[in-house]
Amino acid sequence: MSDGNQVGIVLVSHSGPVAESVAELAKGLAAGGATAPVAAAGGTPAGGLGTSAEQIAEAARSVDRGAGVALLVDLGSAVLTVKSMLAEGDELPEGSRLVDAPFVEGAVAAVVTASAGGDIAAVEAAASEAYGYRKL
Amino acid sequence: MLDADFFHRWMTAAAALVSREADHLTELDSAIGDADHGSNMERGFAAVTAALGKEPPQTPGAVLVLAGRQLISTVGGASGPLYGTLLRRTGKSLGDASAVTPEQLAEALGAGVASVAQLGGAQAGDKTMLDALLPAAEALGTSFEAAKEAAEAGALATVPMQARKGRASYLGERSIGHKDPGAMSSALLVAALAETGAKDGSGA
Repeated sequence: MSDGNQVGIVLVSHSGPVAESVAELAKGLAAGGATAPVAAAGGTPAGGLGTSAEQIAEAARSVDRGAGVALLVDLGSAVLTVKSMLAEGDELPEGSRLVDAPFVEGAVAAVVTASAGGDIAAVEAAASEAYGYRKL
Repeated sequence: MLDADFFHRWMTAAAALVSREADHLTELDSAIGDADHGSNMERGFAAVTAALGKEPPQTPGAVLVLAGRQLISTVGGASGPLYGTLLRRTGKSLGDASAVTPEQLAEALGAGVASVAQLGGAQAGDKTMLDALLPAAEALGTSFEAAKEAAEAGALATVPMQARKGRASYLGERSIGHKDPGAMSSALLVAALAETGAKDGSGA
Protein backbone atom coordinates (compact mmCIF):
# COMPACT_ATOMS: atom_id res chain seq x y z
CA MET A 1 0.00 0.00 0.00
CA SER A 2 1.27 3.40 -0.84
CA ASP A 3 0.32 6.65 0.73
CA GLY A 4 0.00 8.12 -2.75
CA ASN A 5 -3.23 8.96 -4.45
CA GLN A 6 -5.32 6.15 -5.85
CA VAL A 7 -6.21 5.63 -9.47
CA GLY A 8 -9.85 6.44 -10.22
CA ILE A 9 -12.07 3.95 -12.06
CA VAL A 10 -14.97 4.90 -14.36
CA LEU A 11 -17.37 2.23 -15.60
CA VAL A 12 -19.12 3.20 -18.83
CA SER A 13 -22.04 1.08 -19.99
CA HIS A 14 -24.96 1.45 -22.39
CA SER A 15 -27.14 0.92 -19.37
CA GLY A 16 -27.23 2.93 -16.14
CA PRO A 17 -28.19 -0.07 -13.98
CA VAL A 18 -25.42 -2.20 -15.51
CA ALA A 19 -22.75 0.43 -14.80
CA GLU A 20 -23.98 0.94 -11.24
CA SER A 21 -24.31 -2.77 -10.47
CA VAL A 22 -20.86 -3.55 -11.79
CA ALA A 23 -19.46 -0.70 -9.68
CA GLU A 24 -21.17 -2.18 -6.60
CA LEU A 25 -19.93 -5.66 -7.43
CA ALA A 26 -16.35 -4.51 -7.95
CA LYS A 27 -16.31 -2.49 -4.73
CA GLY A 28 -17.88 -5.37 -2.83
CA LEU A 29 -15.24 -7.80 -4.07
CA ALA A 30 -12.37 -5.42 -3.35
CA ALA A 31 -12.41 -6.61 0.27
CA GLY A 32 -13.39 -4.60 3.31
CA GLY A 33 -12.56 -1.03 4.04
CA ALA A 34 -12.26 1.90 1.69
CA THR A 35 -11.77 1.19 -1.99
CA ALA A 36 -10.32 3.33 -4.74
CA PRO A 37 -12.80 5.88 -6.10
CA VAL A 38 -15.23 4.27 -8.55
CA ALA A 39 -17.93 6.03 -10.58
CA ALA A 40 -20.58 4.63 -12.88
CA ALA A 41 -21.51 6.41 -16.12
CA GLY A 42 -24.22 4.39 -17.81
CA GLY A 43 -27.12 5.16 -20.09
CA THR A 44 -28.38 8.54 -21.22
CA PRO A 45 -29.21 11.42 -18.85
CA ALA A 46 -32.89 10.65 -19.49
CA GLY A 47 -32.37 7.12 -18.19
CA GLY A 48 -32.47 5.35 -21.55
CA LEU A 49 -29.93 3.05 -23.17
CA GLY A 50 -26.95 4.85 -24.65
CA THR A 51 -23.89 6.82 -23.68
CA SER A 52 -23.50 10.36 -22.43
CA ALA A 53 -20.22 12.21 -22.88
CA GLU A 54 -21.25 14.63 -20.16
CA GLN A 55 -21.91 11.86 -17.64
CA ILE A 56 -18.58 10.26 -18.50
CA ALA A 57 -16.69 13.54 -18.09
CA GLU A 58 -18.45 14.19 -14.79
CA ALA A 59 -17.71 10.66 -13.52
CA ALA A 60 -14.05 10.97 -14.49
CA ARG A 61 -13.72 14.31 -12.70
CA SER A 62 -15.34 12.86 -9.60
CA VAL A 63 -12.80 10.03 -9.26
CA ASP A 64 -9.70 11.95 -10.36
CA ARG A 65 -7.18 12.12 -7.50
CA GLY A 66 -4.28 13.04 -9.74
CA ALA A 67 -3.04 9.47 -10.21
CA GLY A 68 -4.86 8.82 -13.46
CA VAL A 69 -8.31 7.56 -14.34
CA ALA A 70 -8.96 4.14 -15.88
CA LEU A 71 -12.11 3.97 -18.00
CA LEU A 72 -13.69 0.59 -18.67
CA VAL A 73 -16.40 0.34 -21.31
CA ASP A 74 -18.86 -2.25 -22.52
CA LEU A 75 -19.66 -1.87 -26.23
CA GLY A 76 -20.68 0.24 -29.19
CA SER A 77 -21.16 3.89 -28.35
CA ALA A 78 -19.53 3.43 -24.93
CA VAL A 79 -16.25 2.53 -26.65
CA LEU A 80 -16.54 5.17 -29.37
CA THR A 81 -17.58 7.97 -27.04
CA VAL A 82 -14.63 7.47 -24.70
CA LYS A 83 -12.24 7.14 -27.65
CA SER A 84 -13.48 10.36 -29.20
CA MET A 85 -13.26 12.16 -25.85
CA LEU A 86 -9.66 11.03 -25.41
CA ALA A 87 -8.89 12.19 -28.96
CA GLU A 88 -10.15 15.65 -28.11
CA GLY A 89 -7.65 15.95 -25.29
CA ASP A 90 -9.34 18.31 -22.84
CA GLU A 91 -12.58 16.53 -21.98
CA LEU A 92 -11.14 14.01 -19.54
CA PRO A 93 -8.68 14.54 -16.66
CA GLU A 94 -5.00 14.25 -17.44
CA GLY A 95 -3.82 10.67 -17.19
CA SER A 96 -7.14 9.19 -18.30
CA ARG A 97 -6.94 5.92 -20.19
CA LEU A 98 -9.37 3.70 -21.99
CA VAL A 99 -8.58 0.25 -20.66
CA ASP A 100 -9.09 -2.68 -23.01
CA ALA A 101 -10.73 -5.25 -20.75
CA PRO A 102 -13.86 -7.37 -20.28
CA PHE A 103 -16.35 -5.13 -18.48
CA VAL A 104 -17.28 -7.08 -15.37
CA GLU A 105 -14.14 -9.10 -14.72
CA GLY A 106 -11.93 -6.17 -15.72
CA ALA A 107 -13.78 -3.83 -13.37
CA VAL A 108 -13.21 -6.16 -10.42
CA ALA A 109 -9.50 -6.51 -11.25
CA ALA A 110 -9.14 -2.75 -11.74
CA VAL A 111 -10.85 -1.79 -8.50
CA VAL A 112 -8.95 -4.38 -6.46
CA THR A 113 -5.63 -3.25 -7.94
CA ALA A 114 -6.36 0.46 -7.57
CA SER A 115 -7.58 -0.05 -3.99
CA ALA A 116 -4.30 -1.82 -3.18
CA GLY A 117 -2.43 1.26 -4.35
CA GLY A 118 -1.46 0.09 -7.84
CA ASP A 119 -0.57 2.80 -10.32
CA ILE A 120 -2.43 3.37 -13.59
CA ALA A 121 -0.18 0.93 -15.49
CA ALA A 122 -0.78 -1.78 -12.89
CA VAL A 123 -4.53 -1.15 -12.95
CA GLU A 124 -4.58 -1.33 -16.73
CA ALA A 125 -2.52 -4.53 -16.79
CA ALA A 126 -4.70 -6.22 -14.17
CA ALA A 127 -7.90 -5.32 -15.99
CA SER A 128 -6.58 -6.45 -19.37
CA GLU A 129 -5.33 -9.73 -17.90
CA ALA A 130 -8.96 -10.53 -17.13
CA TYR A 131 -9.27 -11.45 -20.83
CA GLY A 132 -7.19 -14.51 -20.02
CA TYR A 133 -9.51 -15.76 -17.33
CA ARG A 134 -11.01 -18.84 -19.02
CA LYS A 135 -14.16 -20.36 -17.62
CA LEU A 136 -13.75 -23.75 -19.19
CA MET B 1 -15.30 31.32 -50.80
CA LEU B 2 -17.28 29.60 -48.05
CA ASP B 3 -17.56 31.62 -44.85
CA ALA B 4 -18.78 30.79 -41.36
CA ASP B 5 -22.31 31.70 -42.33
CA PHE B 6 -22.25 29.18 -45.17
CA PHE B 7 -21.24 26.44 -42.74
CA HIS B 8 -23.92 27.56 -40.32
CA ARG B 9 -26.51 27.29 -43.12
CA TRP B 10 -25.16 23.84 -44.03
CA MET B 11 -25.70 22.61 -40.46
CA THR B 12 -29.19 24.15 -40.39
CA ALA B 13 -30.04 22.44 -43.68
CA ALA B 14 -28.67 19.15 -42.33
CA ALA B 15 -30.84 19.47 -39.22
CA ALA B 16 -33.91 20.07 -41.38
CA LEU B 17 -33.16 17.08 -43.64
CA VAL B 18 -32.45 14.78 -40.70
CA SER B 19 -35.65 15.89 -39.03
CA ARG B 20 -37.68 15.33 -42.20
CA GLU B 21 -36.15 11.86 -42.69
CA ALA B 22 -36.02 10.86 -39.01
CA ASP B 23 -38.79 8.27 -39.28
CA HIS B 24 -37.17 6.78 -42.36
CA LEU B 25 -33.78 6.55 -40.60
CA THR B 26 -35.36 4.85 -37.60
CA GLU B 27 -37.24 2.46 -39.88
CA LEU B 28 -33.96 1.45 -41.55
CA ASP B 29 -32.37 1.11 -38.12
CA SER B 30 -35.17 -1.10 -36.82
CA ALA B 31 -34.39 -3.59 -39.59
CA ILE B 32 -30.73 -4.09 -38.68
CA GLY B 33 -30.03 -1.96 -35.61
CA ASP B 34 -31.71 -0.77 -32.45
CA ALA B 35 -34.31 1.57 -33.95
CA ASP B 36 -32.99 4.82 -32.56
CA HIS B 37 -30.94 6.36 -35.36
CA GLY B 38 -33.59 8.83 -36.53
CA SER B 39 -34.45 10.15 -33.10
CA ASN B 40 -30.79 10.22 -32.03
CA MET B 41 -29.72 12.20 -35.09
CA GLU B 42 -32.69 14.52 -34.83
CA ARG B 43 -31.88 15.29 -31.20
CA GLY B 44 -28.20 15.78 -32.02
CA PHE B 45 -28.73 18.17 -34.91
CA ALA B 46 -31.38 20.10 -32.99
CA ALA B 47 -28.71 20.68 -30.33
CA VAL B 48 -26.25 21.71 -33.05
CA THR B 49 -28.55 24.40 -34.47
CA ALA B 50 -29.43 25.61 -30.97
CA ALA B 51 -25.74 25.96 -30.02
CA LEU B 52 -24.85 27.66 -33.32
CA GLY B 53 -27.79 30.04 -32.96
CA LYS B 54 -26.88 31.00 -29.42
CA GLU B 55 -23.38 32.17 -30.23
CA PRO B 56 -22.54 31.88 -33.94
CA PRO B 57 -18.83 30.99 -34.35
CA GLN B 58 -16.76 33.30 -36.52
CA THR B 59 -14.91 30.79 -38.70
CA PRO B 60 -15.91 27.73 -40.76
CA GLY B 61 -13.64 25.54 -38.64
CA ALA B 62 -15.20 26.74 -35.41
CA VAL B 63 -18.72 26.07 -36.72
CA LEU B 64 -17.86 22.44 -37.43
CA VAL B 65 -15.91 21.94 -34.19
CA LEU B 66 -18.85 23.25 -32.15
CA ALA B 67 -21.29 21.12 -34.14
CA GLY B 68 -19.15 18.04 -33.61
CA ARG B 69 -18.90 18.61 -29.89
CA GLN B 70 -22.68 18.98 -29.64
CA LEU B 71 -23.22 15.70 -31.48
CA ILE B 72 -20.83 13.83 -29.20
CA SER B 73 -22.56 15.11 -26.10
CA THR B 74 -26.19 14.80 -27.17
CA VAL B 75 -26.73 11.93 -29.61
CA GLY B 76 -26.34 9.10 -27.10
CA GLY B 77 -25.62 6.36 -29.64
CA ALA B 78 -22.53 5.39 -31.63
CA SER B 79 -23.44 7.91 -34.32
CA GLY B 80 -22.67 10.70 -31.81
CA PRO B 81 -18.93 10.11 -31.53
CA LEU B 82 -18.72 9.06 -35.19
CA TYR B 83 -20.43 12.15 -36.64
CA GLY B 84 -18.92 14.29 -33.90
CA THR B 85 -15.44 13.14 -34.88
CA LEU B 86 -16.23 13.68 -38.57
CA LEU B 87 -17.27 17.31 -38.08
CA ARG B 88 -14.72 18.14 -35.42
CA ARG B 89 -11.79 16.72 -37.36
CA THR B 90 -12.98 18.39 -40.56
CA GLY B 91 -13.33 21.66 -38.66
CA LYS B 92 -9.87 21.39 -37.13
CA SER B 93 -8.39 20.68 -40.56
CA LEU B 94 -9.91 23.95 -41.80
CA GLY B 95 -7.91 25.83 -39.17
CA ASP B 96 -8.97 29.35 -38.27
CA ALA B 97 -9.37 30.84 -41.74
CA SER B 98 -12.36 33.18 -41.97
CA ALA B 99 -13.38 31.63 -45.31
CA VAL B 100 -12.28 28.54 -47.22
CA THR B 101 -12.45 27.30 -50.80
CA PRO B 102 -14.49 24.24 -51.81
CA GLU B 103 -11.15 22.53 -52.49
CA GLN B 104 -10.02 23.18 -48.92
CA LEU B 105 -13.32 21.80 -47.65
CA ALA B 106 -12.87 18.69 -49.81
CA GLU B 107 -9.43 18.11 -48.36
CA ALA B 108 -10.58 18.73 -44.78
CA LEU B 109 -13.56 16.43 -45.18
CA GLY B 110 -11.17 13.76 -46.43
CA ALA B 111 -9.25 14.09 -43.16
CA GLY B 112 -12.52 13.96 -41.21
CA VAL B 113 -13.61 10.78 -42.97
CA ALA B 114 -10.22 9.20 -42.33
CA SER B 115 -10.56 9.83 -38.60
CA VAL B 116 -14.04 8.28 -38.60
CA ALA B 117 -12.51 5.18 -40.20
CA GLN B 118 -9.81 5.15 -37.55
CA LEU B 119 -12.25 5.62 -34.66
CA GLY B 120 -14.66 2.92 -35.75
CA GLY B 121 -12.11 0.60 -37.32
CA ALA B 122 -14.30 0.16 -40.40
CA GLN B 123 -13.41 0.28 -44.06
CA ALA B 124 -15.17 0.52 -47.40
CA GLY B 125 -17.61 -2.35 -47.92
CA ASP B 126 -18.36 -2.94 -44.23
CA LYS B 127 -21.89 -1.51 -44.65
CA THR B 128 -21.32 1.65 -42.63
CA MET B 129 -21.49 5.41 -43.05
CA LEU B 130 -18.05 5.20 -44.69
CA ASP B 131 -19.64 3.63 -47.76
CA ALA B 132 -21.36 6.97 -48.37
CA LEU B 133 -18.66 9.28 -46.99
CA LEU B 134 -15.60 7.88 -48.77
CA PRO B 135 -16.99 8.34 -52.31
CA ALA B 136 -18.53 11.68 -51.30
CA ALA B 137 -15.24 13.08 -50.01
CA GLU B 138 -13.57 12.01 -53.22
CA ALA B 139 -16.26 13.54 -55.46
CA LEU B 140 -16.29 16.75 -53.45
CA GLY B 141 -13.16 17.75 -55.38
CA THR B 142 -15.42 17.95 -58.46
CA SER B 143 -18.54 19.65 -57.08
CA PHE B 144 -21.01 19.59 -54.18
CA GLU B 145 -23.61 18.06 -56.48
CA ALA B 146 -21.21 15.28 -57.51
CA ALA B 147 -20.52 14.60 -53.83
CA LYS B 148 -24.23 14.35 -53.13
CA GLU B 149 -24.73 11.89 -55.97
CA ALA B 150 -21.73 9.84 -54.87
CA ALA B 151 -23.02 9.67 -51.29
CA GLU B 152 -26.49 8.60 -52.41
CA ALA B 153 -25.05 5.94 -54.71
CA GLY B 154 -22.76 4.81 -51.90
CA ALA B 155 -25.67 4.52 -49.46
CA LEU B 156 -27.71 2.55 -52.00
CA ALA B 157 -24.74 0.24 -52.57
CA THR B 158 -24.89 -0.83 -48.90
CA VAL B 159 -28.17 -2.73 -49.53
CA PRO B 160 -26.57 -5.98 -50.73
CA MET B 161 -23.64 -5.74 -48.30
CA GLN B 162 -23.24 -7.85 -45.17
CA ALA B 163 -22.54 -5.72 -42.10
CA ARG B 164 -19.12 -6.22 -40.56
CA LYS B 165 -19.20 -3.47 -37.91
CA GLY B 166 -21.51 -2.49 -35.09
CA ARG B 167 -24.66 -4.14 -33.87
CA ALA B 168 -25.82 -5.04 -37.38
CA SER B 169 -22.80 -7.32 -37.75
CA TYR B 170 -24.32 -9.71 -35.18
CA LEU B 171 -27.06 -10.39 -37.72
CA GLY B 172 -24.58 -11.87 -40.20
CA GLU B 173 -26.25 -12.65 -43.52
CA ARG B 174 -29.58 -11.32 -42.27
CA SER B 175 -28.13 -7.81 -42.56
CA ILE B 176 -28.11 -8.25 -46.35
CA GLY B 177 -30.96 -6.55 -48.22
CA HIS B 178 -31.27 -3.46 -46.02
CA LYS B 179 -29.82 -0.01 -46.58
CA ASP B 180 -27.44 1.01 -43.82
CA PRO B 181 -28.99 3.80 -41.73
CA GLY B 182 -25.61 5.44 -41.08
CA ALA B 183 -24.83 5.55 -44.80
CA MET B 184 -28.28 7.04 -45.36
CA SER B 185 -27.77 9.80 -42.77
CA SER B 186 -24.32 10.51 -44.20
CA ALA B 187 -25.92 10.99 -47.60
CA LEU B 188 -28.34 13.46 -46.00
CA LEU B 189 -25.45 15.45 -44.55
CA VAL B 190 -23.82 15.69 -47.98
CA ALA B 191 -27.18 16.47 -49.63
CA ALA B 192 -27.56 19.37 -47.19
CA LEU B 193 -24.18 20.67 -48.31
CA ALA B 194 -25.21 20.50 -51.98
CA GLU B 195 -28.50 22.20 -51.18
CA THR B 196 -26.70 25.00 -49.32
CA GLY B 197 -24.20 25.41 -52.16
CA ALA B 198 -26.94 25.48 -54.81
CA LYS B 199 -28.77 28.24 -52.94
CA ASP B 200 -25.87 30.65 -53.00
CA GLY B 201 -24.24 29.43 -56.17
CA SER B 202 -20.98 28.30 -54.55
CA GLY B 203 -21.43 24.64 -55.38
CA ALA B 204 -19.30 24.36 -58.47
